[in-house]
Amino acid sequence: MIEFRAVTKRFEDGTIAVDELDLTVEAGTITVFVGPSGCGKTTSLRMVNRMIDPTSGTILVDGRDVLTVDPPTLRRGIGYVIQQAGLFPHRTVLDNVATVPLLSGWDKRRARTRAAELLEIVGLDPAFGKRYPAQLSGGQQQRVGVARALAADPPVLLMDEPFSAVDPVVREDLQNELLRLQAELDKTIVFVTHDIDEALKLGERVAVFRKGGHLAQYAKPQELLSAPANDFVASFVGRDRGYRTLTFLHADVPVHPVATAKLGERITVADWTLVVDEQNRPKGWLSGVDGEVEVGEDDLVSGGSLYDGSSLRGALDAALSSPSALGVVVDDAGAVTGVVKADDVIQALAKARAAGEVPK
Amino acid sequence: MTWILENWERFWEVTAVHLRLSIVPVLAGFALSIPLGWFASRSAKARAVLFPLANVLFTIPSIALIVITPILIGVKILDEINVIVPLVIYTVALMVRSVSDALAAVPGNVIAAANAMGYRPLRRFLTVDFPLALPVTIAGLRVATVSNISMVSVGALVGLGGYGQLFTEGYQTDHTEKVLAGLIGTVVLAVLADGLLLLIGRLLTPWARAGR
Repeated sequence: MIEFRAVTKRFEDGTIAVDELDLTVEAGTITVFVGPSGCGKTTSLRMVNRMIDPTSGTILVDGRDVLTVDPPTLRRGIGYVIQQAGLFPHRTVLDNVATVPLLSGWDKRRARTRAAELLEIVGLDPAFGKRYPAQLSGGQQQRVGVARALAADPPVLLMDEPFSAVDPVVREDLQNELLRLQAELDKTIVFVTHDIDEALKLGERVAVFRKGGHLAQYAKPQELLSAPANDFVASFVGRDRGYRTLTFLHADVPVHPVATAKLGERITVADWTLVVDEQNRPKGWLSGVDGEVEVGEDDLVSGGSLYDGSSLRGALDAALSSPSALGVVVDDAGAVTGVVKADDVIQALAKARAAGEVPK
Repeated sequence: MTWILENWERFWEVTAVHLRLSIVPVLAGFALSIPLGWFASRSAKARAVLFPLANVLFTIPSIALIVITPILIGVKILDEINVIVPLVIYTVALMVRSVSDALAAVPGNVIAAANAMGYRPLRRFLTVDFPLALPVTIAGLRVATVSNISMVSVGALVGLGGYGQLFTEGYQTDHTEKVLAGLIGTVVLAVLADGLLLLIGRLLTPWARAGR
């Protein structure tokens, strides 16, 4: 658990980066600090491991005032993941990951064994251990950054805009990986980002900061979307927050059967037909063909996200993005199980609201 | 060439002196430039003093500096220190900037990461900052070494200076082969020293060529 008690940081030039911050980060949760640049979110994070010291106030990590601990000792007990990974370019991946154990006095062999374990935990082939950071992609480097922060098994992990420098596809991978890791490791994680979508996706609790170091709202993600505390939070979480609230709703949506056909098959197309491969995975839609045709790759209309049963948002998006207005539902193996309709999602939402599942 | 072969012992002797008079100042000057360069990389005020001073020192003609040094430090005219001190000054003048630039070029997020991992300042300097500054530092060291090897000859003016003595003797006795021998020696020494430093640099920084 991390407690900020009336923490203020005033820089030498007089700017106030953090103003009387009172906030408690619960143990074993991911808490996200989000806000525009200059809102004090990074300063707040860096005060936890004394990269920056507060002007006044107290910060307690598991009940211990951080100002009473010598900074290097304190930092070895707190994992830190920095922007763009910040790996040591002159050390191999394995030695990068072994950094904190070695600083803490482990012998080299044990530190390296531990480092190899961690590469596997973050989903990297142990063969990467011998490479230098420059030989890795941005996403791989950031995985190494996470492994390095976890090496000494610290209870607290600070993450400073760790995924900001990678492309959106890799970023999503890394976010999912972090959620998977957290489910296993159960650390107390403070994650800083300026990306509200990232905050809503990763945070169990989200602290929205505004310029001048004020805490605008500290709440669960669905509460930020459905009940923003003020106009700043409302505008910061964005215009389509009604739609995004659906991310946090899990309700049964009726799955309708759908006509399917395999490539090369001869069929008569009446309405939209979903073309699938041998494993029953969706390939695309077929429509507007008169009479009997052989299903060819070129006739397919692709597009539409797939709904894997995650949330109402996924169901609605699948329906809205599909050329047939039918959202394709897939199982864990990616095989088609049916389709969902937008109207059904809206009804499911109405039901959830009536049952009080949507926060007011 | 025949002179070198016929006077092998003499040639070997001046080579050894030349080597000593150029390498000792490089090592001493390099050692001095590390703390000075570190200081310059951290403080704008230190840079404002050290860099112009280094430039001024470097513009003093080597002849002048080598002639003046014995007067200033008051040792016997034939003492090797009279050549070593001016060359140390030139090395520092060159290297302080190299070391400072090299340290300043270490990526900020790498340093921040090192601090966040719990490095203490000295260990961080020795195992993170300095190793990362090596490629640029060694490039500077190669320039300083070659320039020293060429400048040692000026020491002949105060009765020292390795190959420089072959130049003055050859000139005074109108013995061209002797001058040529000194010239060949200087060039070969410079090329060998430069190649050796290049090799050492490559061995010390295998990571610098990774991923390119």
